[in-house]
Amino acid sequence: MTASSSRASLTPSDLRIAPGRRRREAAIRGFFLAAAAVSILVTGAIVFSLLGNALYFLINVDKGALFSDGWFPRRGMYDIRTIVAGTLVISAVAMLVATPLGLGAGIYLSEYATPRVRRLLKPILETLASIPSVVLGFFALTWISPNIIQPLTGAPLSTMASAGLAVGILITPLVASISEDAMHAVPSYLREASYGLGARKRTTSLRVVFPAAVSGIVAALLLGVSRAIGETMIVAIAAGGTGGSLFEVNPLEPGQTMTAAMTALAIGSDQVRGAELTFESLFFVGLLLFVITLTLNLVSDAFVRRVRRAY
Amino acid sequence: MVTGERALSTREAVEHRLRAGGGDTAGLVLQGALLLTLLISLGVLVVLVADILIRAIPVIAERPIDFLTSPLSSRPARAGILQGIIGSVLLMAFVATIALPLGIGAAVYLEEYARDTWLSRLIRTNIRNLAGVPSIVFGLMGLAIFVSTLGLGKSLIAGGLTLAVLVLPIAVITTSEALRAVPLSIREAALGVGATRWETVRSHVVPYAAPGILTGTILSLARAFGETAPLLMVGAIAGTFSSGGIGDMLGGSYTALPVIVFSWSGQPQDEFRTLTAAAIVVLLLVILLVNASAIVLRNRYDRRW
Repeated sequence: MTASSSRASLTPSDLRIAPGRRRREAAIRGFFLAAAAVSILVTGAIVFSLLGNALYFLINVDKGALFSDGWFPRRGMYDIRTIVAGTLVISAVAMLVATPLGLGAGIYLSEYATPRVRRLLKPILETLASIPSVVLGFFALTWISPNIIQPLTGAPLSTMASAGLAVGILITPLVASISEDAMHAVPSYLREASYGLGARKRTTSLRVVFPAAVSGIVAALLLGVSRAIGETMIVAIAAGGTGGSLFEVNPLEPGQTMTAAMTALAIGSDQVRGAELTFESLFFVGLLLFVITLTLNLVSDAFVRRVRRAY
Repeated sequence: MVTGERALSTREAVEHRLRAGGGDTAGLVLQGALLLTLLISLGVLVVLVADILIRAIPVIAERPIDFLTSPLSSRPARAGILQGIIGSVLLMAFVATIALPLGIGAAVYLEEYARDTWLSRLIRTNIRNLAGVPSIVFGLMGLAIFVSTLGLGKSLIAGGLTLAVLVLPIAVITTSEALRAVPLSIREAALGVGATRWETVRSHVVPYAAPGILTGTILSLARAFGETAPLLMVGAIAGTFSSGGIGDMLGGSYTALPVIVFSWSGQPQDEFRTLTAAAIVVLLLVILLVNASAIVLRNRYDRRW
């Protein structure tokens, strides 16, 4: 600017940033850093609130109540095995649904679909992923159970199986999209080398691309399990353990999960304050849930990073 | 085999050999099975939407407006979702004004400012892990921090803050992706003519990333719109209550559309099944419209560098 108006040669001070501009720059950078730091504050708040109340619960609860016949917090029975077993049963049913559906969709979209077909089919999964879990819960209770589970087995209306099926539908898009990404990341020269050796499409997909992407696929399944364990509304509506539950591992019976147990406690929350320790038990279950899902997420993260390192 | 081969042309013979004596039936079966998995997902989607629409017909046909403008009631013939609509809109306003600026700011810091230090690595790992925390745990955090410690009580403000915190990591991740898609050369062009970091971000990076950021934030709002579990934790009412107006809901009892769906789906009467389906139709209509517009937006502005 100065150079064009006057003939004087440019000095270093002409290029120096004006102090006002520098101050503004620092202030804006500070705002962005603060915004980024909020996430650490949030994690701190989560850990702090869970730990404090969970410890209080553990110290004050009658240890026998942690291993009783069932989960009936209002009667002082906090059998952890009951809600952990319920969670595992529902997650297992969900993975039985989501593994074939999710991986199949992932392989098809990554290896078989032409770009046109992909543009047509991908929105199906995206739409399915956007359906709120409370809606799938209602669907599990009013359609899946009377139309699929009950005719086949004669089970009661609310079962862990129907809730598990709906949870499986919920996590299918997640498994599909992560496994598709993993297979998409496999370099095309591996496929070309396979074709060059005379392999067919199916051999290339299943024996070359799939094994090469296996860490990403494991990560997809682990994230799916983690999501299934943390899923709340479907289970709260369709698994039928609202008032509490005895220890149960048969998927064709009603059951209680960690998340549904928490919801049941929170809905009756006006009484929760009064009843001894039920408020704190909420946080103890929450801490358990947090630790389990965090572990699964960290392991899955490690798998994803292994894929990225490999190629 | 040998006698047959003599009759074939060389090309056919070679193809025949390469195909190991026939078409790849197993391959076709596999392809069909893979496609079937996608079609099953589509089938579920179609059945779900159709089933809920059919269930909702009585309400949609008889009192479409009345249903939207009536308050909650224990009498099915008079019950409506007005409070849920007001509550959900107010909650979204909270999420949009708190989570989106913070989320976009954090993403700009991580993508445009941060060097590879322990702090930025910590923040990145932390945000990835927060995105995987079950939403009900965010609800517990809201219950302990916003409702109890900060003394906000079981108010809509506490609910809004909880949802905002829940959406924050998603907003950061989607915005980061949009920023990363802008090529380095665009930044270098701005920096090369003497722009500062902020000037580069404001005039070059964000305008190019805007469609991606917009899609991401719209989708994260849609996610918050359907969340139920954290709201139940921080005291949204899953039952019937009366409220005066918007001001009343800010300070006192409140609910949201998905919470009403949950509360009604626990009622045994058939009339409430119909009402639940009708409320779900409203919920899905909003979410599917938002998602469709996000997909259209993405396709229209999708830019390959």
